[in-house]
Amino acid sequence: MSSLDRVHKAEEQWRQTCLGEKPVPEEKSTSGIHLKVIYTPGDVQNIDFLEKVGFPGDYPFTRGVYPSMYRGNLWSMRQYAGFATPEETNRRYKNLLAQGQPGLSVAFDLPTQCGYDSDDPLIEEEVGKVGVAVDTLQDMEIIFDGIPLDQITTSFTINPTAAILLAMYIAVAEKQGVPVDKIGGTLQNDILKEYLARGTQIFPPRPSLRLIADIIEYCKNHVPKMNTISISGYHVREAGANAIQEVAYCLSSAIVYVEEVLKRGIGIDEFAPRLSFIFACGPDLFEEVAKFRAARQLWARIAKERFGAQDPRSMMLRFFAGTMASCYTAREPLNNLIRGTICALAGVLGGVNSLHVTGYDEAYATPTEESSRLGLRIQQILAFETGIPKVVDPLGGSYYVESLTEGMGQEITKAMDQIEQDGGMLACIEKGKIQQAILQQAYETEQIVQKGKIVRVGENKFRSQEGREPDLILQKADPEVLRHQVERLRRVKAARDEKKVQKTLGRVKEAASAGENLLPALIQAVKAYATNGEMVATLKEVFGEYRELGSV
Amino acid sequence: MERKKIPIRVLVAKPGLDGHDKGAKVVVRALRDAGMEAIYTGLRQTVDQIVRAAIQEDVDVIGLSILSGAHLGLTAKLMKRMQEEKMEDKMVILGGIIPREDILRLKEMGVAEVFPVGTNFAEIIHFLQEKVEKEG
Repeated sequence: MSSLDRVHKAEEQWRQTCLGEKPVPEEKSTSGIHLKVIYTPGDVQNIDFLEKVGFPGDYPFTRGVYPSMYRGNLWSMRQYAGFATPEETNRRYKNLLAQGQPGLSVAFDLPTQCGYDSDDPLIEEEVGKVGVAVDTLQDMEIIFDGIPLDQITTSFTINPTAAILLAMYIAVAEKQGVPVDKIGGTLQNDILKEYLARGTQIFPPRPSLRLIADIIEYCKNHVPKMNTISISGYHVREAGANAIQEVAYCLSSAIVYVEEVLKRGIGIDEFAPRLSFIFACGPDLFEEVAKFRAARQLWARIAKERFGAQDPRSMMLRFFAGTMASCYTAREPLNNLIRGTICALAGVLGGVNSLHVTGYDEAYATPTEESSRLGLRIQQILAFETGIPKVVDPLGGSYYVESLTEGMGQEITKAMDQIEQDGGMLACIEKGKIQQAILQQAYETEQIVQKGKIVRVGENKFRSQEGREPDLILQKADPEVLRHQVERLRRVKAARDEKKVQKTLGRVKEAASAGENLLPALIQAVKAYATNGEMVATLKEVFGEYRELGSV
Repeated sequence: MERKKIPIRVLVAKPGLDGHDKGAKVVVRALRDAGMEAIYTGLRQTVDQIVRAAIQEDVDVIGLSILSGAHLGLTAKLMKRMQEEKMEDKMVILGGIIPREDILRLKEMGVAEVFPVGTNFAEIIHFLQEKVEKEG
């Protein structure tokens, strides 16, 4: 009898004698994978170690993208925050730089993200909320005043207007005398998830994809240190998708972007090393770890087998993760520190490259400096007090985690195959199929939360008399910020050369109609101080506007 | 008391630029499963667009979903437009992230009820069945 046969036999015997007659309750992981009560070598017997698990820094990267992972370099700890005005943003950045933190992160207000100027009467309640307003190049000049762009990297949370904001950043570099091949950073620039979850889309999907390919192509030639897109599963997860859907939709979107760029005759290895990903860390610890491991493995195979990548960097799924806010409760908010710690632990055990821990107060307030600092403290404690970073992929080899990684990989692949059969991710989004699937999952989850079957301690279970909901603290639009921003826009408009503005906007329209790469024309328009809203309006004339599918 | 036989019609509307529409959409589903006719406007609706849709769809109830903190201003605008259009017979309810101290002010403006994030579907359904049917 082989040793595996002996294990099978022993497991069966244990089941009968130790587990006994009493049936154990059926259990599933959060996204529905059937779970055994115990895992043994029998559950990993079909998982080929070298093919499926292997070594970190080596194909298929299941165990991590770098050979020594955190023993070499810790994950980067990014806490995302928005500041209301360009002046305040500049001040905060200078402080961060003085503290030795050269990685900056810009959060824009919703009008900037959706292509409205601050003087648009439709959006006056939103100016300077959740981030900074950028109407013209002048705002960008103020944000980076006295900060040489070759000495920092900047992460931009921007999607449909990414090309315009990138054009402004390039223009600032040129004005500073910094060569553009020396500037670097990360653009979110993932439009497909906007239609699914985040909602800042402006143009229909196809012209939006063209803009993204324009950015990738332009940066490949001129701004090689820019990470051109961060393809996100995080937002669909927070909109209600489960962990399987999160990865399936994210990787299926990545395939759409890659194919769009390949159409231009650009080789996969010329741009794929600059792709990165965003995922959520939820509280189902082992499922999350398995998800991250499976995602790395799947992307490596797609890049290599489907797209013929040769450069290992094209096959590496590097990701930023944020802890999920949807598992937080407003009641007894300090419990969210514990939830955040467990979610962050899932990210670290899953080999995250960059991490944000959501502030414990986010269920009822805009995070304060204190809650943001505690998010950072959670990360630092995990990094420096637990010993976890000493060994790469510490859960690798666990019968359970390997089996769950395999299971997640199969389910994600199944979901991706279904999308392919239905005509690909783009067609599925245009038909509203993915939107429907996310909503269905969100609705089902909400129903079981309301029935108490998904437990939120202190809220729907063990609810105490003393536990209470803190008062909501909402960030109000500051009328002073609006006035200030509108006034600056007025001054910029009064001082600029109107003829030049019209001429450069005309060029943007021509380039958009002719299918030329839009970046050169946008950079010229930006330098003439055309506004974000004007450039978006010009592009709308050619691209049209997205109409949301009404079906729910 | 005579009861309305036809289903309650509800317009769920999402004003402003905020893209968080999970709550609005799941509530639409829940109302439909409870036998109501619920219509969702989609994102980024102006108050004018919402009022027009409410007239066109001849709804009994307008439900605003607001998570951006702009609920006081937006609700005041909506109430004013509804008055101009003589739509006082239509009920307005609100969902989203709404601080306690604002609930009273919203009710003074004429909002029938406020359902903050975390409200059970059953509570909203029960409220509408009670209020709309009795008054209808």
